[in-house]
Amino acid sequence: MSIAEKFVTMEYGPAPEDPKEAQAWLQRHNHRFGNFINGSWQTPSAGEYFDTADPSNGEKLASVAQGSSADIDAAVKAARSAFPKWRALTPHARARYLYALARLVQKHSRLLAVLETMDNGKPIRESRDIDIPLVARHFYYHAGWAQLLDQEFPEYEPCGVVGQIIPWNFPLLMAAWKIAPALATGNTVVLKPAEFTPLTALAFAELCQEAGLPAGVVNIVTGDGSTGEALVKHSDVDKIAFTGSTEVGRAIRSATAATPKRLSLELGGKSPFIIFDDADLDSAVEGLVDGIWFNQGQVCCAGSRLLMQESIAEPLIGKIRERMRTLRIGAPLDKAIDIGAIVARVQLDRIQRMVGQGVAEGATCWQPELLLPSRGFYYPPTLLTNVHPTSIVAQQEIFGPVLAAMTFRTPREAVELANNTVYGLAACVWSENINVALDVAAKLKAGVVWVNCTNLFDASCGFGGYRESGFGREGGKEGLLEYLQPTWFKNAPRLPAAQLPAPKDDESAASTPAIDRTVKLYIGGKQARPDSGYSMEVRSPDGHLLGEASLGNRKDIRNAVEAARKAEGWARATAHNRAQVLYYCAENLSQRRDDVVRRLAAAVGAKQAAAELDLGIERIFSYAAWADKFDGAVHNPPFRNIAIAMNEPLGTMGIICPTEAPLLGFLSLVLPAIAMGNTVVAVPSEAYPLITGDLYQLFDTSDVPGGVVNIVTGYSSQLLKVLDEHDDVDALWSFGDEASASAAKAMSVGNLKQVWTNEGRAIDWFNPKLAEGRWFLEHATQVKNIWVPYGE
Amino acid sequence: MPVDRNYPEATHEMPPRAGASIATLSDRSLLANAGIPLDLNWVRDVRVNTSAVERRVQSQVARRSVKKEWQAVWLLRAISCMDLTTLSGDDTDERVRRLCAKARHPVQQDLVQKLGIEELQLKVAAVCVYHVFVETALHALEGSGVRVAAVSTGFPAGLSPLAERVAEIRRSVEAGAHEIDVVITRAHVFGGRWQALYDEIAAFKQACGAAHMKVILAAGDLLTLRNVARASVVAMMAGADFIKTSTGKETTNATLPVGLVMTRAIREYAQQTGMAVGFKAAGGIRTAKQSTDWLAMMKDELGDSWMRAELFRFGASGLLGDIERQLEHHVTGRYSAEYRHPIA
Repeated sequence: MSIAEKFVTMEYGPAPEDPKEAQAWLQRHNHRFGNFINGSWQTPSAGEYFDTADPSNGEKLASVAQGSSADIDAAVKAARSAFPKWRALTPHARARYLYALARLVQKHSRLLAVLETMDNGKPIRESRDIDIPLVARHFYYHAGWAQLLDQEFPEYEPCGVVGQIIPWNFPLLMAAWKIAPALATGNTVVLKPAEFTPLTALAFAELCQEAGLPAGVVNIVTGDGSTGEALVKHSDVDKIAFTGSTEVGRAIRSATAATPKRLSLELGGKSPFIIFDDADLDSAVEGLVDGIWFNQGQVCCAGSRLLMQESIAEPLIGKIRERMRTLRIGAPLDKAIDIGAIVARVQLDRIQRMVGQGVAEGATCWQPELLLPSRGFYYPPTLLTNVHPTSIVAQQEIFGPVLAAMTFRTPREAVELANNTVYGLAACVWSENINVALDVAAKLKAGVVWVNCTNLFDASCGFGGYRESGFGREGGKEGLLEYLQPTWFKNAPRLPAAQLPAPKDDESAASTPAIDRTVKLYIGGKQARPDSGYSMEVRSPDGHLLGEASLGNRKDIRNAVEAARKAEGWARATAHNRAQVLYYCAENLSQRRDDVVRRLAAAVGAKQAAAELDLGIERIFSYAAWADKFDGAVHNPPFRNIAIAMNEPLGTMGIICPTEAPLLGFLSLVLPAIAMGNTVVAVPSEAYPLITGDLYQLFDTSDVPGGVVNIVTGYSSQLLKVLDEHDDVDALWSFGDEASASAAKAMSVGNLKQVWTNEGRAIDWFNPKLAEGRWFLEHATQVKNIWVPYGE
Repeated sequence: MPVDRNYPEATHEMPPRAGASIATLSDRSLLANAGIPLDLNWVRDVRVNTSAVERRVQSQVARRSVKKEWQAVWLLRAISCMDLTTLSGDDTDERVRRLCAKARHPVQQDLVQKLGIEELQLKVAAVCVYHVFVETALHALEGSGVRVAAVSTGFPAGLSPLAERVAEIRRSVEAGAHEIDVVITRAHVFGGRWQALYDEIAAFKQACGAAHMKVILAAGDLLTLRNVARASVVAMMAGADFIKTSTGKETTNATLPVGLVMTRAIREYAQQTGMAVGFKAAGGIRTAKQSTDWLAMMKDELGDSWMRAELFRFGASGLLGDIERQLEHHVTGRYSAEYRHPIA
């Protein structure tokens, strides 16, 4: 076609990015890569390789090592032996390495971008303008944290060797999100890149060499799911950080339950994209483009559920369709392409299958008439209307360029629909009314809420989900805590396995207290008889019968959880109000001091009983003080906006209290939870559940609203199971022996509730430096980041 | 947001001037703008989120790229959409004649041959001057097909008495100007006096008669994008053939965010009324790259109809020089120098 003819058609024409540097890099490696272990390339021990291909044309790019458990073992050993020296470096020295990595990423930015696009199929525009700049930013930001570590986290230490498993949708960016905070906090790393997209991680290994990073600090082992499994199960790994599917996340939760491995999971999502009638609709449509048609929709936080206010649904759908027509789909290396290739055949099949299912369930499918390339894995941008919350395409993650649209009538219904999902990763709210937008943002169950924007990311802002979207945050100060632990904790002595005193038949002893005192359960602000109609004997350490406590069972837990859920309004009470209630508790406990001490003394001795009570009053004061002081933050991402990091309560929590300090242990766990606005179902010390009687009188007289604290006595291990397997319990704390810690983690997989345990270690409840404060509050909250761009 | 306003029905009473389709927007034929009664709800319902508009513009520029011969084609198209402009206090007849000569032959002959585009008979869309030079320009451009545009209505401030502004339009139309670029009373926008703004523009339109009216919003003065959007809507309702960003005299002129907001307003208006309004980006556009960015915005937001001079213009004086250098680079592979191309 001549220039004169092209002058008539005015098409874009091809604008290819030249891949020759990336090809030369592959060539230099003879299109074959081993594992990067202990600072050098190692042939896989089993000698096995697999191919990674360009999904836009199916051509093989390279063979990479199929890492075996022996390779994982070698990598973990390298990381372990590098750990002491790396950790002992000054923060400044680690900061220099991270800074060097940031610079190197920038220096090689185009190679990394092209390689990413070739391996993954994402448009070069995205890898060049979004992925790789964010990678560099992540290392710069964490170079800063490395520098400030000792000042900002005194008395914390790194976890040790961290195993990290990342997905294929943002290969190098996910590697950076994992590696940068781990290194900044002094951990060493074994990273397993995704099977489909290993190349940029391997290129990054070279940058580590170039930066002179000490051998073994970063190790990269490629492979499939079995390689990841070997890493997860390796006994010398201290923490696992995983980003990927909820299904695999569950398996990892189970596999690590019996170990003290720390775990953070960033899993799937079905994020709502809410558009109100007063939104800038054209901009909202562009937001959708950045939401669901970004990275071919293969984004865990993709705004895949469109919720439109009824009054604007029709014109909005029209606008979306018009916009979809102008999306350009094709060769990812073309600089003017909006939608590239789907990562692999299996993913393309999944998208096709799910859209087919959606249509079979009654959804209307609309796709613009776009010419798809004849080779490679492509799927057109897709709009599904006539979708209902019951539709599979409204519930399950498709991970493709498919938008499912529904309508709502009122803000309340928008929130209800938005939260009607097992996920809680991200959400978008579009409205020009700041009152509506912030009100809805606060009510959404999501770790990130974007107001009038979509898919903005920055190293300074934590990213991570609520509910089955996982736990833990990446980015921000909150993200660093995932890689740190209190220095004292690791060396705390182990608790002996739980054992209750054997009965002694000397009921006639003169000191026998009032046997007729039977303590009931406390549910919804009322004393309740146990459903079972049974009681349990409570004995002193030397076997004397002290009294009888109610034997709670499944149904009591069920009732208690219902009561706790109903009391959620507690979270909306002002922090000042919660503090007042707590102070009142202290006042009332102080008044009953002598009675409570006297009764408790029978179980723990007079000295401990007095200490528990006096420190207990102090602890109540502490958390009353904290209630309105555990502030969130306003982050500083490089955009014109405010990113508010809010500490939100987890919701309804189950708490298995320690046996060893019946009163103080209970207060040490329940108070931070309720101070932050959670409601609690607590199982008090199995050794002395009679404390419940004193506690409910205390709560009753102190204006603690019914249902905020519920107490079910009984056998901890049984009640733990019911609480842990209850899908309406958002988090579970278990502070018992090692077996109960493992059980708590293992049984949490149902709804992937957040579990926090003492790992069977003894916590000195009588030392306020260890047994109260931020560490507890951090576990009682989750961070929601709300992004609010501004400007007129 | 305007919803379901059935304007095609309303416009039966107000038959469009030409009656023929002048554009298509997503397969729908559009007529020339005949204006509609002022719809205050529409004006008040306008929503613009500045940050989101800015993000769209940044991403739009990064998402689109034209290379090699397509780049040459797009630059030639930019030339064909150009209002070659001189609006200085020191303008003279001779200066205007020089500009007109350049307008007839915007690209030097040997480049035209090497590009193989003789058949296009490439020329700019119009020459834009003050009223006093209309006659000179008409004379200099006779038979070329290049149109003559006059800035009017007390350009650039637009603060002379209404009667004089209207008379000024009449004088230029009588003198033979094909197009009139009018400025609005910015105070009407600040004060939310939409009826007054509408009446003023409608009066201008009447005075223009068959001449094409481009309504300059002076976005740099209006300052906020919401003001720009509202003024765009009112101008179109009052019968603007084009809406235009700037006089070139404000401190900021044609920016992409302003352009995007006006473009979206044009799209909405077309969808609601079935009538097409043109867009002119004026002031501050100096590089070849900027011109392809603007064209890409037109293509993606409005479609190919808005990549033609009938509905899209650049108001520029310095842009052509940079485009010529880029075209020479395309032909020779060597970077060119400004002095190698005849100036206007």
